[in-house]
Amino acid sequence: MRQQLPLAIILVIGVFMALQYFVPHESSEFVYEWSLDWVIIIGVFAMALGLWSMFVVHYTKIQKKSSGWGFSVIAILGLLYMLIAGGIWGIEEGTPFMDFFWYVYTPIQATMFALLAFYIASAAYRAFRVRTILSTILLVAALLLMFRLIPIGPLSGPIQELDRWILGVPNLAAKRAIIIGVGLGIVATAVKVVLGIERSYLGKD
Amino acid sequence: MPPIGDLLWTTLAAFLTFCIFSFLYKDNPFYKFAEHLVVGVSAGYFAMLLWYEGLIPKLYVPILKEGKLYYLIPGILGLLMWTRFSRKWAWISRYPIAVYVGIGTGVAIPLEMQTKVVRQLSASMTAISLNNATGINNLLVVIGVFCALVYFFFSKEHKGAFGGIARFGIWTLMIGFGAGFGLTVMGRVSLLIDRVKFLAETWWPMFKAFVGAVF
Amino acid sequence: MAFYEKLMGLDRRWVYLCVGIAVLIPFFIPFDVPVYTTPEVKAVYDFMESLKEGDVLFLAIDYDPNAMAELHPTATVMMRQAFSKNVKLVISALSQNGPGMAEQLIAQISKEYGKKSGVDYCYLGYKPYPGIVILAMGQNFRIPFPSDYYGVPLDSLPMMKNIKNYDDVKAVIDVTGTNAIDYWLVNGNARYKVKLAAAVTGVMAADYYPYLQSGQLFGLLSGLKGASEYEVLANQKGFAFSGMRIQTVAHIVVTLFIVIGNIGFFMARAGKRRS
Repeated sequence: MRQQLPLAIILVIGVFMALQYFVPHESSEFVYEWSLDWVIIIGVFAMALGLWSMFVVHYTKIQKKSSGWGFSVIAILGLLYMLIAGGIWGIEEGTPFMDFFWYVYTPIQATMFALLAFYIASAAYRAFRVRTILSTILLVAALLLMFRLIPIGPLSGPIQELDRWILGVPNLAAKRAIIIGVGLGIVATAVKVVLGIERSYLGKD
Repeated sequence: MPPIGDLLWTTLAAFLTFCIFSFLYKDNPFYKFAEHLVVGVSAGYFAMLLWYEGLIPKLYVPILKEGKLYYLIPGILGLLMWTRFSRKWAWISRYPIAVYVGIGTGVAIPLEMQTKVVRQLSASMTAISLNNATGINNLLVVIGVFCALVYFFFSKEHKGAFGGIARFGIWTLMIGFGAGFGLTVMGRVSLLIDRVKFLAETWWPMFKAFVGAVF
Repeated sequence: MAFYEKLMGLDRRWVYLCVGIAVLIPFFIPFDVPVYTTPEVKAVYDFMESLKEGDVLFLAIDYDPNAMAELHPTATVMMRQAFSKNVKLVISALSQNGPGMAEQLIAQISKEYGKKSGVDYCYLGYKPYPGIVILAMGQNFRIPFPSDYYGVPLDSLPMMKNIKNYDDVKAVIDVTGTNAIDYWLVNGNARYKVKLAAAVTGVMAADYYPYLQSGQLFGLLSGLKGASEYEVLANQKGFAFSGMRIQTVAHIVVTLFIVIGNIGFFMARAGKRRS
């Protein structure tokens, strides 16, 4: 029952939802709407699992006084501030909650991603080598796309056209092949899950 | 002189920005402080968002204000998800997981097939010709897609004619990855521009005005 | 140590310094660079221009603050264009850290044009699992969003009286730095035949040309360049347009580093062969 019933639920619901796409009848639409509504609610609780995990990881570090436990105190304090501020004053614009979002969360997140500009330059300098035919093709394509943003006088027009061709023909072909492969993979995995062949998401007994 | 509240918050934002930038020199306690702070704040932000945007409109209001008691069923299923943390009762969480995995995977089968396979294959079946640019481009797309798909077929050794087709496929893929890299550089630099703009146009004038007013 | 060995072993922090200078100098020395508009961006602009007063557009602001630099200019200019034409907007924010940021943008732009929530626009906010939310909205916006972001029931909003689902909106424009666009393509366009355009980050842009060619997307904006093209078309030159000069200098620097790195590589290889 601990394995069989969940697998049976997945099979029945999965087959129904797959077939529902082809059945526009009112009763099928009603069950479809109702199931989507329920999944959103279950999803809210599922998301909360991740938050609890984060809390437990840092709390355990503080308890055991592991290396860097002081920083875990900062993480927990940040979490508690947002919970208390949001709980008392709400989450509208202008509240202490949103002030922390704008002046603490946003600059840190944005700057962390801004570091990538430096890393990409460093990576390009160290790793982009004309070693083989494949790396040469990669390099030439990358440079041509980068020249899109470098005005080179009379060459700018032809470069724009060439870049449009690269994006619209070989890049399109490559990405289309990847998309088809990914699509087939997703469908195959979904069918395996519905039929109970893939069970890793259920965890161990 | 700028309002003191705005100045303090903006200076805090600038300080945290510099904390993260300090990582470029080397890892240091300032960076670690900002890194852990954002982990906690983002978790707290998301928790409150789930509360106000999820639980209140989708559970509290329907059950307690509108009397739709059948919403207790997904509510209970959601709570059963949390048994995942208990070794003894974790098996109960399989039921709500089964419900949402069943719905998610069932819906995905026809839609992913339609979006990523059928529509993409049919878009490749366009008029090919050697007499005009569009026809030649369409032919190149068909050849490129076919060769790249052959490259991904690893059940047969890439030898002989098959290997040659796969080789052309990987060349096509490399052009695609190169194109992606070229656009990625633009994306990353944009993020840096925004941070410089904040420091130079928002924080520094405010800070300079305050220092000027005080001294 | 030979020159090429020093070149190959250059401390990465010198590279960082050069990139930093490459961004700072053009920031303080303004100059314009030409912006070439592309058909995929013009398609979105022309569509927006074709909308009439009272038409309803769905604007999905599905990005986090970490993608704000690239996508905020696009969302800003599109919202201004819609409000200036008295087009009504239904707005969602299906990225988990984006709702507050989207709300601030909406409040700022709506104030500029004197637009009111519930009358001229409806901000739905966020719910988890964007794929399921997009599917549910295709049946009825009220299934995932019984009330708007401010807690007002959708049925009590004047503009939402005759708006049930995607059939009542002219198109969906997804401004995103996440895989929300994949959900819109699979669950919105494939299931409900939603007319869809996308404004994505530079990192993602190259991956969506197949959908543009197949007609699943009718337009595509790529990161800051796409935003600058749109700003030029809409005659609202702002952050994206001014950012292009900094992009130009930064790209020149990165290109030079790639060339220098390869020169060092070839010299090292020649040196090894000689020895």
